[in-house]
Amino acid sequence: MGKVVVVTSGKGGVGKTTSTAALGAAVAKTGKRVALVDFDVGLRNLDLIMGAERRVVFDLVNVIQGTAKLSQALIRDKRLETLYLLPASQTRDKDALTEEGVAEVIARLRQVFDYVFCDSPAGIERGAQLAMRFADEAVIVTNPEVSSVRDSDRIIGLLDARTMRAEQGEHIAKHVLVTRYDAARAARGEMLSIDDVLEILSVPLLGIIPESQDVLRASNLGAPVTLSEPTNAAAKAYLEAARRLEGEDLPVIVPFERKGFLDRLLGRRAA
Amino acid sequence: MSILDLFKRRTSAPVARERLQVLLAYERRSRGQPDLVSVLREEILAVIAKHVQIDQDYIQVSMDRGETMSTLEIDIQIPNKSAVPLAMAG
Ligand SMILES: Nc1ncnc2c1ncn2[C@@H]1O[C@H](COP(=O)(O)OP(=O)(O)O)[C@@H](O)[C@H]1O
Ligand SMILES: [Mg+2]
Repeated sequence: MGKVVVVTSGKGGVGKTTSTAALGAAVAKTGKRVALVDFDVGLRNLDLIMGAERRVVFDLVNVIQGTAKLSQALIRDKRLETLYLLPASQTRDKDALTEEGVAEVIARLRQVFDYVFCDSPAGIERGAQLAMRFADEAVIVTNPEVSSVRDSDRIIGLLDARTMRAEQGEHIAKHVLVTRYDAARAARGEMLSIDDVLEILSVPLLGIIPESQDVLRASNLGAPVTLSEPTNAAAKAYLEAARRLEGEDLPVIVPFERKGFLDRLLGRRAA
Repeated sequence: MSILDLFKRRTSAPVARERLQVLLAYERRSRGQPDLVSVLREEILAVIAKHVQIDQDYIQVSMDRGETMSTLEIDIQIPNKSAVPLAMAG
């Protein structure tokens, strides 16, 4: 039985879709069978980030409404044969997703895949709640910034109240993934520190993804950053986060600003 | 950082532009009307269903939308057993 992981946040634009693609590809690289499910009905983007936008024929809503089989809607990644995408629909209305329909799709994916990553839409409404409904674990994507942390806190509340697991009195594992972390701004005290975020949310840390140009380039090219350029800082951070998600005990190192450090060193020498 | 990296850095935006142009051209065209793929698929399958019984499970449809041309691939496995003309079977 595969594990279902929802990638959620409350706030939009924090990096959920980027993280779903990067973590999913990182896990699939280890040979695990991975399905990425886009729950952002009406505003799908995971297909673009994965570079599969030209190959979408059917989507999640088609499967739920019975106009296509699940096997017909799943798009296999061209680079990794263990990685699949189930796109969201672009035009149909949000109410097209039913809880029973989602339950069935997730149950069937669980039988075939080792991991099912659900890319949540923004917000705390129906779409976001359906994306988390059948999850075993949650990756809460947070930027070190007040409104993002506040929204994450609301999402944590929902995870503990509205998921199937929570309702059955079971534990839902939660992890915070801090993304778009800018070490220079953190050093200048312009951004919440990692300790602040963790203390406020009191959820264990999955990783810290630095703010990086490479993420933008990967999305331009239509490849998860962990596949296109696995050696750069953001990709490495995602690869490590994926290992932690799989249960490995890897310490998280808070990125520091090299330039500031050198500057200080040079400054001292000059003085 | 290698020279290749520099090169890649400069070329990612044009790639993004091209991908978006193809995608948006398709999405604008298909807005508000049934898309060509599903129309073709339904009609092709209807023609085949006149002659043989086929299970949805044995049909795989794939698509690759290009700038000037798209490909639609319909892969239908027809089990030999059920390749009995419907008129005779029914
Ligand atoms: N680590 C990062 N460094 C730089 N830009 C990032 C990073 N993570 C995400 N982004 C950018 O932030 C924007 C929103 O990301 P996205 O994954 O679409 O967020 P969401 O799915 O939460 O709305 C995108 O333009 C993406 O390229
Ligand atoms: Mg998104």
